[in-house]
This record gives sequence, structure tokens and C-alpha cells, in this order.
Amino acid sequence: MTFLDYAPAPESRSILSLRSSYGLFIDGEFVDGHGDGFHTVSPANEEVLAEISTADGHDVDLAVQAARRAHDKVWSRMSGADRGKYLFRIARLVQERARELAVAESLDNGKPIKESRDVDVPLVAAWFFYYAGWADKLDYAGLGTAPRSLGVAAQVIPWNFPLLMLAWKIAPALAAGNTVVLKPAETTSLTALLFAEIVQQAGLPSGVVNIVTGAGETGRMLVNHPDIDKVAFTGSTAVGREIARSVAGTSKRVTLELGGKAANIVFDDAPIDQAIEGIVNGIFFNQGHVCCAGSRLLVQENVHEEVVDRLKSRLSTLRMGDPLDKNTDIGAINSAEQLQRIRELSDIGEAEGADRWTADCVIPDNGFWFAPTIFDNVSTSSRIAREEIFGPVLSVLTFRTPAEAIAKANNTPYGLSAGIWTDKGSRMLAVADKLRAGVIWANTFNRFDPASPFGGYKESGYGREGGRHGLTAYLAPQSAAAIVAPADTAGKTTRTKKGSAK
Amino acid sequence: MTRLAVPKTYKLFIGGAFPRSESGRTYEVLAANGDFLANAAKASRKDARDAVVAARKAVSGWSGATAYNRGQVLYRVAELLEGRRAQFVDEVQASEGLSGRDAEAQVDEAVDTWVWYAGWADKFVQVAGNANPVSGPFFNLSVPEPTGVVAVVAPQGALSLLGLVAVVAPALVTGNTVVAIADEQHPLSAISLTEVLATSDLPAGVVNVLTGSAAEIAPWLASHADVNALDLAGAAELDWVDLQIAAADTLKRVLPPDGRDVATRSLERIKAFTEMKTVWHTKSTL
Amino acid sequence: MTLDLARTVVGSELSERSLRAFTLGLPGVDAVGLEQRAASLATRSIKTSSKRWALDTIVSLIDLTTLEGADTPGKVRSLVAKAVLPDPSDPTCPQVAAVCVYGDLAHVAVEALGANHAGAAGTINVAAVATAFPSGRASLRVKLADTADAVEAGADEIDMVIDRGAFLAGRYGEVFDEIVAVKEACRRSDGTSAHLKVILETGELATYDNVRRASWLAMLAGADFIKTSTGKVSPAATLPVTLLMLEAVRDWHHLTGELVGVKPAGGIRSSKDAVRYLVTVAETAGERWLDPRLFRFGASSLLNDVLLQRQKIETGHYSGADYVTID
Repeated sequence: MTFLDYAPAPESRSILSLRSSYGLFIDGEFVDGHGDGFHTVSPANEEVLAEISTADGHDVDLAVQAARRAHDKVWSRMSGADRGKYLFRIARLVQERARELAVAESLDNGKPIKESRDVDVPLVAAWFFYYAGWADKLDYAGLGTAPRSLGVAAQVIPWNFPLLMLAWKIAPALAAGNTVVLKPAETTSLTALLFAEIVQQAGLPSGVVNIVTGAGETGRMLVNHPDIDKVAFTGSTAVGREIARSVAGTSKRVTLELGGKAANIVFDDAPIDQAIEGIVNGIFFNQGHVCCAGSRLLVQENVHEEVVDRLKSRLSTLRMGDPLDKNTDIGAINSAEQLQRIRELSDIGEAEGADRWTADCVIPDNGFWFAPTIFDNVSTSSRIAREEIFGPVLSVLTFRTPAEAIAKANNTPYGLSAGIWTDKGSRMLAVADKLRAGVIWANTFNRFDPASPFGGYKESGYGREGGRHGLTAYLAPQSAAAIVAPADTAGKTTRTKKGSAK
Repeated sequence: MTRLAVPKTYKLFIGGAFPRSESGRTYEVLAANGDFLANAAKASRKDARDAVVAARKAVSGWSGATAYNRGQVLYRVAELLEGRRAQFVDEVQASEGLSGRDAEAQVDEAVDTWVWYAGWADKFVQVAGNANPVSGPFFNLSVPEPTGVVAVVAPQGALSLLGLVAVVAPALVTGNTVVAIADEQHPLSAISLTEVLATSDLPAGVVNVLTGSAAEIAPWLASHADVNALDLAGAAELDWVDLQIAAADTLKRVLPPDGRDVATRSLERIKAFTEMKTVWHTKSTL
Repeated sequence: MTLDLARTVVGSELSERSLRAFTLGLPGVDAVGLEQRAASLATRSIKTSSKRWALDTIVSLIDLTTLEGADTPGKVRSLVAKAVLPDPSDPTCPQVAAVCVYGDLAHVAVEALGANHAGAAGTINVAAVATAFPSGRASLRVKLADTADAVEAGADEIDMVIDRGAFLAGRYGEVFDEIVAVKEACRRSDGTSAHLKVILETGELATYDNVRRASWLAMLAGADFIKTSTGKVSPAATLPVTLLMLEAVRDWHHLTGELVGVKPAGGIRSSKDAVRYLVTVAETAGERWLDPRLFRFGASSLLNDVLLQRQKIETGHYSGADYVTID
């Protein structure tokens, strides 16, 4: 035998008991949706996991109404300390049910259990813990005393980190006193519905959290609902654009977390073994279904061959397969549709003349799979160097000087994240200054923390999630006057009355 | 014997130079009492395009200057504006038909606004950014950075000097560069202000001022892919929702006209045109 | 002559200056990234048939060690007996790779092993620590004599310590020369040589960058194995340090085609820990290294834990300390 063919080590599914069908979660209860239901399947083997409801316009309206009532009558009036206690309860319940949530996430999304178990779910709990503590400290958020909640938040999240994105959205919203109507992605609704059970176990007042499931149309109706005060969306730049258009002229506040085409810059003095790990983690973590994935490797030309060689050897040890196997590194692609897109762009990459290399992986018969792939000698004009592939596909480009690295890294309409690998601190800081991206990882990649703001420049969206800045995205100053500078009493002029205090 | 005055030719301010509109167009600027004051240049979409090019070119230098330096430059603007106080009072008074006292108040407030924002240059990052205590061996810092090129529709119809200063200064202080459309009806003090800017150590292209029709120029700026943000402070009378929709195509940051007095100094105005950048670096376990 | 290879790799004549330039020119190590990689390798879940194979492999890779001031011939004979027959209840249990003792007791180990000795009909080697182990603080003359004595007493392998003082003072050439000299002292009269394991004492080198530099110095100087620790300094072997040394031997092999072994020693007490090392070896240097010629565990209590785990798999229930022998 070869030792590296580790014997199967499947995580037990028995910890999870799914219902055959799930309704919507509105006003504290599971209710039937009025749209046509649909199946959610495991992308690893296309097994049907459960029937999911679709919320129609009426259902969305009910959910928004429930959230409005809960906001105006209960949640925004509750003391911050009590809101915080509810969030702490949720954090603890997530920890208690962590393994169950991880199994559900891997089943429904296709991501390896080691990621859902070691990354997603622990971060979900951490996110609620972090924002729980903010709930009674809003005066210190930087918006002056007694900032107010915005009201009802419409939150639409993607399928790549289903439960984690839910936490990113719900935790700060609730801490700040908002109520929410959240729509999970069509292909990954399960953990949001399990979360609804947690909300019930936590005894959260009815209507504070509402979950409506369905496809894009449900999300559109939610975002466009007139009684929404805040829209928070994570997903594609195309949909983000549509939302930005649709809220024009309204008073809805918006946070958009959109696409990316991050550069991962490797200088010739990089800590080489860690850089290789960082490149792998940057693009193959979560099958590359990561908006901040380091999908463009910019490597200094004088170490290009060495880096690519090392990368290939390293990729040969990655294990693709059953998401529930504890040794799986690369899980399934989330949907047939996404697989199709990855294949298309990869074919284009090949047609455009880049050198394709694919790790030697056994592809399972059923389900949606794409083996880790590298395109070398990619030109800056190639589509695979411009467009977000959202899959395990890395484009390798070279540069000669730091200035060229910066120019190439910034040469994209996106600006979500970037990586820098060098042992020279002064260079790292200088390059970090020049990169037009919201998150810069130096000698690391794809790190997330509730205390750390996350979000993009340019077409990667606006607003931040995480940290103090993520909290303020759900708050408004007490009144306009609160953010106004005190009148200048020194000097020779008397300020004319501006009527700014309201 | 009275001396015959030498009137000024009012032109655009693009890339540190004072060109006429490439279109050759001008429009009459009248005093409040209907007297002819000047022919102002009527900027075209191509002037707007040139202004964006100049502004983009200036981003790297201006945003790369030290905060201390930017603060000094903004303070220098205040000094020079103060030195030409009488001229600005006259211009504002004639154009807007204000009392001498109100015109003086507006000019003084404009000077003080420069001073107020100048002081923020090396403090804003401290107030808006912070270190983040992440759970792991990482140094993690969030700092605000300028968004890039900000297109501004200055307040229209009143506060022709102060309104412009109140929207340009907060965008500038963090390192953005600006393309501003001046008060269409009262553009003269805006052009005179550019003369102050041109002589106050502000690098060429950092501020560009267009006079003419906001309704004509603003849509070109709102849809321009190389503009990063849009301040609609003075767009209330325009079809500004369409401007916001146009800006959505490249996901520009948009500050809609919010009904609040734009002349009010505010930290939020500075924040509106910044991006939070978070940098992680490994911190070795010893 | 082995130094030809070193000259080729360094690209010049070997001098204090050229070795220093070469060593300091090695790529840096980011500690956080290295530790994260090690932690991620440690999450591998080794079950059923893989586990069974792993446990047997671990036994066959152990340098069963006693290095106490109080060691006696009786203690060494007891250790040897355990090495020969680790689990009296299970004859299918493999023998360990070597016994590791102080040089003055090497002859006792050789005698006790008898036919089981690799020098006779068996497979078990005798490893002796030398060069003023564990501190290494003695003159070169004494260290060479220490080494020669152990080889003469029948040691198949010499575990030497590098001069950490010279290394930390930046005298890389001196460290290098000393390894070369000890290697020479490993030569037997018949022209064969005892294998040389070079202990870096990573706990005293303090930084990962230093561990990488010392690994390369040792390989350049002709080490057959690079070894983490004496076991007398804390921390001894850690997974990140071993990972780093495995990367070094992998890169050395890539560059020169030569195979150098790695021996983590000290602090590896549980099967679970040892399995993590196997995973790290297999996924870093490759499965080829899971061979006593290229990988060893320097350990004493590890063996009994592995035996308990083996018994659990055999019998289906958990075993107890009284069902394995103390040595």
C-alpha cells in the first residue's frame, strides 16, 4: 500500500438529522412558502438532501413586516446589554452544535469537512461573540453618543460560505439594534435554516431574524422592498451593480461585498515554503470559491520556474474527494452551473495560449468536480487574468520590479484583496501602501477575523464587514447634529445660522 | 479722473493650467442686479474628460505626500485666500447680491473651513483607523486611504465660494483629487479660488474646476469609469437619481444630496471618500 | 570526496566567508506560516488499515534510547531486549531500528544484541552519542577521540552535536569543519564508516531561520542524518522544526540527488504525535523517506504507547500499562 492513500476517514453524518422539507422562517415560526419549492442537493454526489421553500412577494412582505414590528416594538428598544446577551447565547449554541453545522455545511455546499469544521463554523461563533460585546458599547463605535439602528436590513448572501456569511451579516446588524430578513443562496439554504432553529433555542424575540429562501427573484424582491432601510449583499459584481442601481434615489444604506481578482505577489526574497503554502491556500481553499481568492499569482521572473515547480509538487499532495472525509483538501464544486463556468474559462485560458497544468486527481463519477489547475505564462490581457473564475484555477504571471508588480496587481476593476510575500519589511509596507485593495495579506493569505474589517475598493464593492467599521455599517449618528463639528467660537467671524441641528 | 479697470478673463482650471473650453463656448455671468460681470467658459464633456485625466495623473503624488505636507498645503490655501479677502468679498457680493456683511461672513467661513480641514490631514487616520486584535499571531491594522478621483457637483445658486470649499476640502485632505463643477450661476469666485490654488503649493491636477452647465457635464463624470466617487452635494435640482444610477455601473461611491447644509464641516464628509484598507502581517512566535 | 559536492553547491572554495554568504543567502522562514502548515498536517485523520501500517512503521523507525547519567550495563541490556522483542505477546511486532546509548556503553549494546545486531545477522543498529554530548563543549581533539572510541566499540551510527556556541557566534565555517572532522573520525579501519547523525539542538538555535541554516551546513559537511535535539534541552523535537528540516532534505535531494535522513528526537511520546510526523514526512519529503535509512524517531516512551495502540487494534479493546513491558 502507499501510506498517502490514507484510508477513508469519514465524518459521521449521524450527528445531523435533516427534515425532508423546510419552510421559511418568519416571525419566529417555520411557515410554508408560496412559491414553488425546490430540492437542495449535495454537490458531491447529487443526492437530494431536502426540499426548500421559495418565498414569493407576499412571503417577503410578511417577513419584512415581521422584522419591522420586531424592530420598532422590541429590538431597537431593548437595552444593548440584553441584545448582547442574546447574541452571546447564539454564539454558545453555535459552538454546542458546531459539528452538526459543519456536517450540514459540507453536505450542502461540498466544501471539505476540515474547512467547515476548522474555519467556517468556529468563525461563525467568533463573529457572534465579537459583536455580542459591541451591543452595549455603541457609544464607542465612533459615531457619537447613542447612535441609532437603521431599521430593517435586507441581507442576501452567497453559496461559498453559507453560514459564515450569515454570521457576517446578522451579528453586527443585531448588535446595532436592527432586525433582519436574510436570504441564503438557492443552493445552500440548509445551514441558514438550522440557524433558524438556533434562533428559536436562544429565545430570540419573534421577527428579529427572518429567513426567506428562494432564488434570485426572492432576493430581488427583498432588496427592492420599500420598507427596507439597509441592504447588505455579498455576491457577484453584476448583481451588486443591479442593487446599486435599484437603491438609487432611496434612503437605503448599502454594503456590497462583490467579486475580486486578487494578486498574490511573490518576491524573490519570499519565505519560499510558506509562500507556496500561501499560494495554495490563496486559490485552492474552498475550491477557489472565494471572492478574495489569490487567483492571479504575480511571481518575480527570477524565481518563476522554481515557484511553479514547487507549486506543482505541492499540488500533487492535495486530496480531492468526499467532502465529509476528514482528509479531503479539495471538495466538490458547488453546482453544475458553476462547474460549467469554470470549464468554460479554463478552455478559454488554454485557447488563449496559456500553459495548462492540472493536478493528477481521481475525479468521482457523480457530483461536480474540478481538479486544481494552474495556467502558466498567462498574459495580462488574457481573460483568465481579468475575470473572476471562482474556482480552483490559478493564473501565473511574472514581473521584474516592485513597481511592475504593483502596476499589474492594480490593473483590474476589482480591488478586494492582495497578497505580498517578502522577507523585507520595508518593501512589504511600501507595496501594501500602493495596492488598491481593501485587505492586504503579507506573508499570509485568506485570514479572517471578526475584529478585522473586510471589504473592497472599486468594483469589489463598498462598506466593510468585521470590526468596528463593520458595526458602523448598521448604525447612524443620533442626528445630523451629532456629526457636525462644533462651531468655531474663536476667530473674528460669527458663523451664520445654518439650521443644521435637527 | 477715474481709472479704467482691467477686467479678468475667467477660464477653466485643468491640470494646473487655465484653458478656455475646448468647445470655445462661453456663457454670460450676470450680477444679482442683472449687470454683466463676465463671460465664463462653458465646459464641455471633453473638458470634463481632460479634467479626469489630470486628476488621475495627480492621485499618486498627492495621496503619496505626507499627511503633514497635505495639511500645510491646505493651510497655505487658507493663508492666500485670506490675503485676497477683499477681492472674494467683492465677487461674492456682486454675484450673489449679498450684503457686505454676509459676503464677508461667507469668505471668512471659507477661509476657516480650509483651516479646519487642514488640521485633519494628520489626524483623520488616527481617528478613523485602528489596530485590530485578531485571534492569531498577526499584526493587523486598518487605515483609511483616499478613494481616488472624486467628481463633485458644488452647491448651486448660493454660497458660491463656501459651498465649493466645503465639498472640495474634505475630499482633498486625505489625498483624493477632485474634478468640481462650480456653481453655474455664480462661478466667478470659484475661478478666482483656482488662482489661489494654483499659487498655493497644490500640485497641478489635484483640483480641477469646470464652469458651465452642471446638467450637461455631471452625467459624463457620473458615468466615467476612471472616476471613483461622486459627491452630489449641489445636484438636488438635477436628475440626480439618474446620476446615481449611472455611477452604479462602476460601483462608484456616491454621496447623494442629503438635504443637510453642505457648508457644515464634518468628519463624515472626509470619511465618505476614503476606503478602509486592512493589512495583515504575520507576527513571528519567538 | 564529499567536499566536492559542497564546493559545487556553494559555488566556490569552502571558507568561513563563502559558507557564511551561502548560509545567510538561504530563503527565510516565516514562523507563522511554518507553524500553520505543521498544524494543518497534524489534522490528518489516519484510520483503520492506514493506522495499522503507521503503527508498525513507527516501531521500525524508532531509535530506542537511554541517555542517562545513571545508565548501567544492566539498563542497556534491558533496553536491547525490548528493542529485539518489543511486544512479547505479539511476535508480528517489528523490531526497532536502533538502540541509542552513550558511547562508553556501545559495546554493551553490541554484545547484548548478538545476532540481532545489524553488524551480525540482524537489522538493529547501535547508535552512540558522541562529541561531548549533550553540550558539545569540549575541544575538537576530545570530540574526535569520543567519536573514534564509540566507532571502535562497534557503534553503527554516531549522533554528534554541533557547536551551537560557534554557530550562534556566526562561525559557520568552524561548525562545518567540525562536522567534516567528526565524519572523518567515523571511518573504520576497514574503510567503511559509521553513519553520522548531526544534532542541531534546535531548541538552542532558537529561530527557524537558524534551523534551516544549520541543516544546510550539516548537509554540506556530509551528514547522513540531521537530528533535531539531544533531548536534554526544551523544546526538543517539534512538528514545525521537523517539517522545516524535511523541507531542507527535500531541497537538498532536489539539488544534489543525495538522500539525507531526518531524526526528530525528544518529546514524541504518543502514537498520535508520531503519526503526525509520518504524515509530515510523507507529504513533505515523500513516502520514500518512511524508511529507517531516512527517518528515525529518537524516543523511549513512544514505543510502549504504540504497542498499546497495536494491542487495541488486535483485541478490539483498550489495553493498559501493565500489558506492555518497561525496559
